[in-house]
Amino acid sequence: MTKEEIISKLTTIVKPYVQNEEGFKNLNENTDFINDLEINSANLVDIILDVEDEFKIEIDNDSMEKMLSVKATVEIIQTKINA
Amino acid sequence: MNPKQIIKNLPYQKPFLFVDELTEISESGISGNYTFKESAFFYEGHFKENPITPGVILTETMAQIGVVCLGIFLLKDKISTTTKPQIALTSNVVDFYVPVLPNEKVTVISEKEYFRFNKLKCRVKMINSKNELVCRGTISGMIIAK
Repeated sequence: MTKEEIISKLTTIVKPYVQNEEGFKNLNENTDFINDLEINSANLVDIILDVEDEFKIEIDNDSMEKMLSVKATVEIIQTKINA
Repeated sequence: MNPKQIIKNLPYQKPFLFVDELTEISESGISGNYTFKESAFFYEGHFKENPITPGVILTETMAQIGVVCLGIFLLKDKISTTTKPQIALTSNVVDFYVPVLPNEKVTVISEKEYFRFNKLKCRVKMINSKNELVCRGTISGMIIAK
């Protein structure tokens, strides 16, 4: 799966939890979920669970703590699907 | 951890403690009950000369028994005299069916949907002593031992 495909799927997953619409419109690799999209920590958990379902992977605590930006999340997804 | 220890670890006290008894506890769910005393502070204003338990209090009761008590049980290995449970309600969607009057005893039954990355999400319902459904919904919170 290409990086663009992953970002596209991730955008769909993130959408319902976004508070900052402006940040969502400008979503790119450097977007930070908490600072740019104003997603709260409880909804961050929902995003991680949706990512697990969508990409059929399992996210552990260490990975979860790193998944705060689009870039970090894409990297973790890529590592897990290629593992 | 037994029911008494769980209640002792709750971060609430009168007049905002809405747990009398916990009757069933497992990794997958919890049941407990509470009786709304006629003297409770909110009946004086809700409503004028017509005391009915506020929906927010019913939601609070479901959250205290169904999410916080269950969360403390699930975190039992991490809670000690120095580490206490810290909680925050993060979302609730609740539908209400019948009113609860002063002195009524209600039972809360909660089933865990998931507990991951410190977020506990539960399907919770409340029934009255006639076994009628009072309210039901989904409640989530973040809970950690700190």
